[in-house]
Amino acid sequence: MMKGLKKWRLFSLLAALTVFLSGCGQEELSTLLPAGQVAKDQFNLLLLSSGIMLFVILVVVIIYVVALVRFRRSKLGEDHIPEQVEGSSTLELVWTVIPILLVLLLAVPTVYYTYKLGDVTAMGAVDDEGNAENLVVDVTAHLYWWEFEYPELGIVTSQELVVPMDEKVYFNLIASDVKHSFWVPAVGGKLDNNVENVNKFYLVFEEDSSKLKEGVYFGKCAELCGPSHALMDFKVKTMPRAEFDEWVVAMQSTKKDKDDAGDTAAASEGEQLFADSCISCHAVTADVKSPYPNLTTFGDRNRVAGFMDHTEEALKEWMKNPQKQKPGNEMPAFDHLSEAELDAIAGYLMGLTVEK
Amino acid sequence: MSSVAQKKGFGSWLWDWLTTVDHKKIGILYLLGGGFFFVLGGIEAMIIRIQLAVPNSDLISAGLFNQIITMHGTTMIFLAAMPILFGFMNAIMPLQIGARDVAFPFLNSLGLWMFIFGGLFLNISWFMGQAPDAGWTSYASLAITSEGHGVDFYAIGLQIAGGGSLIAGINFLVTIINMRAPGMTYMRMPLFTWTTFIASAMILFAFPPLTIGLFFLTFDRMFGANFFDHAMGGNTIIWEHIFWIFGHPEVYILILPAFGIFSEIFSIFSRKRLFGYTSMVFATVLIGFLGFMVWAHHMFTVGLGPTANAIFAVATMAIAVPTGVKIFNWLLTMWGGSIKVTTPMLYAIGFIPSFVMGGVTGVMQGAAPLDYQLHDTYFIVAHFHYVIVGGTVLGILAATHLYWPKMFGTMLNETLGKVTFWFFFIGFHMTFLIQHWLGFWGMPRRVFTYMDGQGWNSANLISSVGAVFMAIGVIVLLYNIIMTSVKNVPVANDPWGDGRTLEWAIQSPPLYYNFTQTPLVRGLDSVWIEKQEGNESGITPAVPVQDIHMPHGSIIPIFMTLGMFIAGFGAMFREETSWGLPLLVFGLAWTFVCMAIRSLKDDLGYYVPKEEILEDMKRERGRK
Amino acid sequence: MDLNKKFTPETWPDNPETATFEAKNKFVGFWLFLGGETILFATLFATYLALKNKGPANLEFSTQELYELPLVFVMTMLLLTSSLTSVYAMYHLRNYNFKKMQLWLGITAFLGLGFLILEVYEFYHYVQLGFVYSNSAFSSAFYTLVGTHGFHVAIGLVWITLLIFRNAKRGLNLYNATKYYTFSLYWHFIDVVWVFIFTVVYLMGKVG
Repeated sequence: MMKGLKKWRLFSLLAALTVFLSGCGQEELSTLLPAGQVAKDQFNLLLLSSGIMLFVILVVVIIYVVALVRFRRSKLGEDHIPEQVEGSSTLELVWTVIPILLVLLLAVPTVYYTYKLGDVTAMGAVDDEGNAENLVVDVTAHLYWWEFEYPELGIVTSQELVVPMDEKVYFNLIASDVKHSFWVPAVGGKLDNNVENVNKFYLVFEEDSSKLKEGVYFGKCAELCGPSHALMDFKVKTMPRAEFDEWVVAMQSTKKDKDDAGDTAAASEGEQLFADSCISCHAVTADVKSPYPNLTTFGDRNRVAGFMDHTEEALKEWMKNPQKQKPGNEMPAFDHLSEAELDAIAGYLMGLTVEK
Repeated sequence: MSSVAQKKGFGSWLWDWLTTVDHKKIGILYLLGGGFFFVLGGIEAMIIRIQLAVPNSDLISAGLFNQIITMHGTTMIFLAAMPILFGFMNAIMPLQIGARDVAFPFLNSLGLWMFIFGGLFLNISWFMGQAPDAGWTSYASLAITSEGHGVDFYAIGLQIAGGGSLIAGINFLVTIINMRAPGMTYMRMPLFTWTTFIASAMILFAFPPLTIGLFFLTFDRMFGANFFDHAMGGNTIIWEHIFWIFGHPEVYILILPAFGIFSEIFSIFSRKRLFGYTSMVFATVLIGFLGFMVWAHHMFTVGLGPTANAIFAVATMAIAVPTGVKIFNWLLTMWGGSIKVTTPMLYAIGFIPSFVMGGVTGVMQGAAPLDYQLHDTYFIVAHFHYVIVGGTVLGILAATHLYWPKMFGTMLNETLGKVTFWFFFIGFHMTFLIQHWLGFWGMPRRVFTYMDGQGWNSANLISSVGAVFMAIGVIVLLYNIIMTSVKNVPVANDPWGDGRTLEWAIQSPPLYYNFTQTPLVRGLDSVWIEKQEGNESGITPAVPVQDIHMPHGSIIPIFMTLGMFIAGFGAMFREETSWGLPLLVFGLAWTFVCMAIRSLKDDLGYYVPKEEILEDMKRERGRK
Repeated sequence: MDLNKKFTPETWPDNPETATFEAKNKFVGFWLFLGGETILFATLFATYLALKNKGPANLEFSTQELYELPLVFVMTMLLLTSSLTSVYAMYHLRNYNFKKMQLWLGITAFLGLGFLILEVYEFYHYVQLGFVYSNSAFSSAFYTLVGTHGFHVAIGLVWITLLIFRNAKRGLNLYNATKYYTFSLYWHFIDVVWVFIFTVVYLMGKVG
């Protein structure tokens, strides 16, 4: 081991580091298992900086241990008076210059990546026919839920972001009430949703989320925003471009389907109840930005309210007492509805899907 | 006030402490107050760790959790770490430069009582329905929408306590500039005095922005201003800038005095002059200066744009260089020395690897694109606990053992001290090392709970167990303090045997006028020099025995602060009650009247007669 | 220190403000305090510049239309003159001419009072127009910056009035010389701050 370290010092150090750092964490949300270009760039920076820093720690610890072992009073005798050294310009120069070099080694890629990751010049670009070249998603953070609007596609969804793979997806971030922060750990670093200005950045999604155990990437709010900050999760579904296009078409046709259905068949009990109690806050077609989460894709989701199990039981618990589940959110309790009515609404919501 | 050994009743004893302007007593009061809040903040930390030990915990509610994390951070920074450091600065720094007191004894007392009343004001919020809950950074959009009076307590309490810090800072600066003994040039000052000097200068320039920021917050919440209300044209990012223009220097205000304490310890217990004293001084100055240039690295994810981020990233990394210089100078002070592992030295030895780890993770976060991942995660929590606990708190604990005999005249038990260290040190690494990985694994900070199935459970449990170890360490320390105080075995001038600076050449605890004769300083580590040359007393007097001028005590500081305290409640309840406004006016008027009394009443101090000093010197010789 | 010690212009030290140990401390401490105050005002200026003319969508006030430059010009002249008269007072302090010093300080206070009255009038005028404190971020920043300065002026007035009356019968000594001198430092400081307010707030508001 020691021989190998000497021969392949840098290489094996980095290799060991990679194993050390990536040994743990879950694919859905670990920054150590990057699933996109942005996260990979950041991960490379992590490896580089950790390497430099472990080198520094190693040097310090070696000098430190040797000094502690060699210069103990118990060895040197009670009366030993050491030489009162003032200092050494050579040594001091060495440990000024070497850190400067190490810092430069880190500073150069840092500046490079800062500009690379901050580059959103291509955001509004259009091709010859006037079609947008890139997908843009407007993310609005609310207490405590996420709204995703695709302005060029005319669709809105919430709590679950759906994106195509292997292309730059641009984001406009803003908050509607207090400051939040948009973070998908496995895919890239966070950027704040400020209340007064739109922040722009991009992410690239390179892995298909359907291969994950959970089927989605986990997203988090990373800025303290009130009691339920911890529960302000969202999910990200990634898919190949073709699949995404199908999803978009399905979303765009939700309004038409709805209208058609309204004309022909009588509405189910759940739908009726929903129309009486819920529709003023929650839209169920993808063309409407409702004041509270749009539920068009409710049946396709991975969680209820961003963090609860995606079951009818959990949904009923939620409707009966949202404050207990997510303190400080703005949904009123629907405990005046009977168990049967709640069942009906839950059944209806679970049936809202565009992915079948 | 003629002699030391007078028998006094409880009333006059209490009056003596409430009115004291003696820097040594004020130091002890700072230590007491800071120690109380340190334990309080520690209890809050324990609740946090118990809550997070298991997923989906419902031990405490989400709202209460936010109040506890806010108060934990605020208490530890403003009411524990800073006051305890002020305590040591007060008690030791004037002795190190051969002064009789600080430059403004009255203001010193005022600063102390402002800290105490500010701290009380903040913590009274627990009994009035709601404590601050917007985080210790109190970011504006959340802080101005937070309901109840929680954030009001934060804004006004910190305003009062912060004013006290500013006063203390100016006081220490003037003391060091004007009151050094003959021969004590700047480049002969002990490192603790130097770091006190730089930290005080940083207080002077960092606290005014906080004052203004807190006023903005107060005015927005209580007087209808719109600084942070974006619907009215306000801007919340202004708060973030102002807070961090204060907040980043604040971190160095906390760590520099700890650096000073460790510099003293390495030198004393390696029996060797501090290696590279000059570069240590310049590194300190440079750190202080750069500390003001890097605040936006707390705001990499705010969206300031790549240029600002890149500039602040590089500036941040630059701080690693002077800090590295310090680390290597400490190592080389040990190198070739004669190391004796006493309790303070044990803390110093534990400090080096702990602080280096905290420092390097700081550089990692300085790399802006990487910080996009690390910001506001548990990695950050781990990082700042590594620097603040691994640096400042270890420094405070080391100083407690090192200076206890000088401040109280009796030694803390060494064995118990080492027990404390090992519990605290192991618990500390157990608690916070694993949190770096929690951050990598996607766990945001300031979450009151977390769902099962995200791979965070065992790491959080380990972290919580570590916290228990730290708590045991602190309990052993408290036991140690009580036991040794009860026994109260008196100690000599220099109980450690290798003291190098002036404080070790006078009695433990010192006489109330410190030095019978102002000392003449002939070099760095003057006591060491004198002793090497055969002068057993360690001091060459600069003047003959003469009358000593001393200041009078005063009760006005407490009353002045009480006025601010009252005014704070008035401001808070101005809108909802009829008595709010009158109370506000009354409180402010009260304070101004106190100020006027102080200004109009002549206070020229008094003289300690030469005869009394000669008497004290005779008794001291008799004791030997 | 002996308060009853009598001086003549000949025995009076050249720098009475720093003639004793306590005085030296006060002198240095006060300079440092002013350093902190500078940062305090810098923060207020920065905030004002960031929030200038910012308000709700229908904000009807702007620096161009709001500010009454002639009035502010008169205020500026008053305060600048008061700074000059305080210099005369300090000249007499150095020469141990107590009566003249008191007189010039009285004039200083009088000019300062004039400034303050005009400022109160100015604020009253703006409030009459509807430009109240809670009108917008702009109004909050304006009143807080200019008002903080006005508050400093008021404190200075109380301070010098107390000093003038407290020492009227006692005359100069080395104990109160420092108090007078630090007041004059303070007064110059708020004068300099006003020059910045006049330039940054009013002139740049009208022109920029």
